[in-house]
Amino acid sequence: MKTQLENNIIKTERTGPVLFSPYKRGDAIKKAVKQKREDILFEIKDSGLKGRGGAGFPTSTKWMLTAAAKADKKFIVCNADEGEPGTFKDRVLLMEYPQLVFEGMVVGGYTIGAQTGIVYLRAEYEYMFEQLENYLANMREDNLLGENILGTDFSFDISIRLGSGAYVCGEETALIESLEGHRGEPRNRPPFPVNTGYMGYPTSVNNVETLAAVPHIITKGGSWFKKFGTDKSTGSKLFSVSGDCERPGVYELPWGTSINELLEIVGAKNTKAVQVGGASGICVPRSQFDRKLGYEDIPTGGSVIIFNESRNMLHVLKNFMEFFVEESCGQCTPCRIGNIKLLEGVEMIERGEFTFKYINTLKELGRTMQVASKCGLGQSSPNSFISILENFKDEIFHTTGTNGFNGKAGK
Amino acid sequence: MKEKLRAPKAQQPLIVEKPTLEDGIGSKVTVEINEKKVQVLFGQTILEACKENQIHVPTLCHHPDLCIAGNCRICVVEVEGMRTLQTACSFPITAPIKIKTSSPMVRKARRHIIDLLLSEHYGECYSCVRNNNCELQTLAKEYGVDSYTFGHVQEPVYEVDLSSYSVVRDMNKCVNCRRCVRTCIDLQEVGVLEAIGRGDKTHIGTFLEKPLADVICINCGQCINRCPTGALRANDPSDVIWNAIDDPTKHVVIQTAPSPRAAIGEVFGLEPGKSFTGELNTALRRIGFDVVFDTNFTADLTIIEEGTELILRLYKALVKKEQVALPQFTSCSPGWVKYLEHFYPEYIDNLSSAKSPQQMFGALIKTFYAQKKGIDPKDIVSVALMPCAAKKFECNRPEMVDSGYKDVDFGLTTRELGQMIQEAGIYLPEMPKSNFDDPFGEASGAGLIFGATGGVMEAALRSVIELVTGKKVEDVFANADITPVRGFEGIKYAEIPITEVGPVPKLLQHLVPDWNWLKGATLKIAVAHGTANAKKIMDDIKAGGKFSECHFIEFMACPGGCLGGGGQPIPTDEEIRKMRAKAIYDEDNSLPVRKSHENRHVAEIYDVFLTDGPCGHISHKLLHTHYIKRGKYIA
Ligand SMILES: Cc1cc2nc3c(=O)[nH]c(=O)nc-3n(C[C@H](O)[C@H](O)[C@H](O)COP(=O)(O)O)c2cc1C
Ligand code: SF4
Ligand code: SF4
Ligand code: SF4
Ligand code: SF4
Ligand code: FES
Repeated sequence: MKTQLENNIIKTERTGPVLFSPYKRGDAIKKAVKQKREDILFEIKDSGLKGRGGAGFPTSTKWMLTAAAKADKKFIVCNADEGEPGTFKDRVLLMEYPQLVFEGMVVGGYTIGAQTGIVYLRAEYEYMFEQLENYLANMREDNLLGENILGTDFSFDISIRLGSGAYVCGEETALIESLEGHRGEPRNRPPFPVNTGYMGYPTSVNNVETLAAVPHIITKGGSWFKKFGTDKSTGSKLFSVSGDCERPGVYELPWGTSINELLEIVGAKNTKAVQVGGASGICVPRSQFDRKLGYEDIPTGGSVIIFNESRNMLHVLKNFMEFFVEESCGQCTPCRIGNIKLLEGVEMIERGEFTFKYINTLKELGRTMQVASKCGLGQSSPNSFISILENFKDEIFHTTGTNGFNGKAGK
Repeated sequence: MKEKLRAPKAQQPLIVEKPTLEDGIGSKVTVEINEKKVQVLFGQTILEACKENQIHVPTLCHHPDLCIAGNCRICVVEVEGMRTLQTACSFPITAPIKIKTSSPMVRKARRHIIDLLLSEHYGECYSCVRNNNCELQTLAKEYGVDSYTFGHVQEPVYEVDLSSYSVVRDMNKCVNCRRCVRTCIDLQEVGVLEAIGRGDKTHIGTFLEKPLADVICINCGQCINRCPTGALRANDPSDVIWNAIDDPTKHVVIQTAPSPRAAIGEVFGLEPGKSFTGELNTALRRIGFDVVFDTNFTADLTIIEEGTELILRLYKALVKKEQVALPQFTSCSPGWVKYLEHFYPEYIDNLSSAKSPQQMFGALIKTFYAQKKGIDPKDIVSVALMPCAAKKFECNRPEMVDSGYKDVDFGLTTRELGQMIQEAGIYLPEMPKSNFDDPFGEASGAGLIFGATGGVMEAALRSVIELVTGKKVEDVFANADITPVRGFEGIKYAEIPITEVGPVPKLLQHLVPDWNWLKGATLKIAVAHGTANAKKIMDDIKAGGKFSECHFIEFMACPGGCLGGGGQPIPTDEEIRKMRAKAIYDEDNSLPVRKSHENRHVAEIYDVFLTDGPCGHISHKLLHTHYIKRGKYIA
């Protein structure tokens, strides 16, 4: 996993249709604080913006629910935990476009009626801490943050908290637990954070990229935003591209781009497979490279890992499963033990000591994990197990030197 | 019990905004469970709704005493329109949903979950203390497990922690339901047990993975009572006790506390709520115990000693204007004592120096009784049948040797004795009844109600009121039932005004000249059970709140008092504890003597043995003790 992650981001002048399009600092806040909250909600709804953290929940709905919840305090949390293997797009936004992220939080805070924003920053991004704090200080100086923002009666401030280093802490309820100083473990839902979140108050947790889109929507309009992308997947998406290609890095592409097109852009050759959505995503074989990235077809939080002909897909799968065995929070049975069983299954295949019957049992177990696990981690961890074993049957059951009918296997 | 929990939010109950129920409309939701329409209360969980409609949904991490965890996932059900299965124990019904509790997907998921748990479960049922009373075993049976789909561990992974006198931890049998964690932190506010590690390394551990004996465990055993499996069990001395019974040179004595007799029927499959005092006496003799004593005798003695101590403290404070530690705290619950020693060591002077009834009896058996019977105390093996895990620790406290020997050799729990009785081929409920042995004989109902929360206080009040005012308690509280201190409310508080005083009884005349100094005073008392409630009182006292003005406070470490002790039959919940309390109060009601100071054996022992009276020299040597400032950080 590590080697796949250590991709340099090639730093060039960034271009892109939405997020990387020109934006003047402060514009969104200036415009928003003069608007009614309902109008902002309407604009966001019109844009069709959906959460970029992976789950794709409509942002306007989340904000509406938080806004509608009755409480004397509310919070907006920026999820900057970016723990999915192969993603590094939030890092780019935070380093290079902090105005978009922070202003998105201010607008969000204004809309839902929050007084406080919290950035939950991935522990490994500690080096950004000072730079971000300085940026916040500048905003306070310019009255874009703090008491009575731009002379209105809206007061709002943002603090930055360092994450605890576990992948599962990116899951919104585990994130909230972690913010409260507990072990980072997902909560039962319902109730949802929009009702009962940080310290029991209504809380909207939004991904960095989701928030970064907001200032563009506010200044340029929802109908401008939805000109990009497809019907159900409006706007653009940042893709963190790594693996076997000439130009790994972060790309802003409109939703609806096909895998083939993406491979072309990043200079990938002899590609055998593309893992979309990180370890918890699905592995797309060459025969399906015409599929499109978007909620209609392949939804993703933006991680794209490219594997060329030289890669052993069983090793790829083993890497993923090892990741989950370690990163499960260990709370619920299907995920804690299920992932171990799936990994053991991969190891059995590796050794050539398996039966197809047992592998099928494991796939069924995977389907149970998808529906019975407590959070998205366990619900999605079997995805790669199922999709890689399905899509790379031939390779896997031949390169391992066994077809499952010889040796100790049988039945 | 449910408010203000310290556990992580992930493990806390749901907060559901309830609609305003002006005319009751809107308080009910019509849902479909397995295609049958039923009305349920808004905000009720699916599990509760199913239970009310006689639909069984299996559970494992759920426990009625504890907040919701939703982590075992065995209770999953299908809710129409939802992509994933939902856990019945945690899902609050707020809309007219359609639920399926036994669809193919649900059954398959549950079977997978059981198979996964079994794949990591090291242990064999026939060598397990929970055989036939294990929730994991029951699940395996319910779902017809006939093979280990995902394998089965062949070697133990964790070393069994045998360090504690009270609780044995065998994490090889743990299913990570975390009921123990929630018990220890929420019910008991101790927080010894915690989930440690992530992913495949997740397990229940202690601070720095130290053995239980080296952490701040108070030995209450509440975690044992709520563990669904054999992962937690009490440290069982029954083998050694059998050896003593079988050894003709040993005189094996057993004292029995009030709570075991009110619960032991449950070990034999009976409904809770019936006492088996007489039957138990016979069974104990048939097993081979040489004599059977009633711990209630020393409970009565405790009332005299502890009551005298209280009067002396009050006398010093009010008349002599000396500095004394008040309120006085009861000291009969060893779990509570250790809790105080760890968490509020600065208050150990407030603890009554009177030993617990168990330890008083221990000291008397190897002195007074041994002399009377002409038995060498070294040949006496003194066993205490207790509802309690902490009593095992208590009898091993190094200072508990005032008789010149280990005062009590073994603490035996209700569960363990139930096992011994079964092993002896005895069906307890059919035993003929018999009495306790002399010279201690039958005790009073006051000693008996020590088993329920508020019981010590009620017993004390029955005596204090009569001894001080010269009136009958019955004239103050109907039938001598002091109801303000009864019941399962976490904290009880009462004020008893002393409007008139009587003559000082003979027993106390050398200590106080008259009662006039108490005339017009108001006795303020409080009762707490479960150390989480104790903590609330202690924090209030620290902050100088209303409890700091109390004179006397009863603390019991276990929810419900001793009847809910860590050695009592499993399962436990509030209903069961209420039934046990009923059994105790019913029996109290039926006894001829219901006040400690009217117990003639108690009067006798002051005449012939403890001749310098309550809190005198002899009693101080044998019946009183001291405590240790332990603190939270122990090496
Ligand atoms: C195991 C797991 C890890 C996650 N990690 C992240 C993360 O690092 N960043 C993120 O924005 N969302 C992450 N999510 C998704 C969040 O739970 C949540 O859906 C998201 O922050 C909501 O923001 P959005 O609506 O803007 O996407 C994760 C989810 C799961 C199940
Ligand atoms: S699915 Fe995995 S990560 Fe999520 S709560 Fe369960 S054990 Fe934890
Ligand atoms: S814990 Fe339960 S399932 Fe395990 S060995 Fe004991 S009785 Fe059997
Ligand atoms: S015996 Fe009591 S204090 Fe000790 S671990 Fe169990 S619940 Fe906690
Ligand atoms: S020790 Fe018992 S109660 Fe605690 S987690 Fe394990 S099985 Fe559950
Ligand atoms: S009983 Fe519901 S999740 Fe464990």
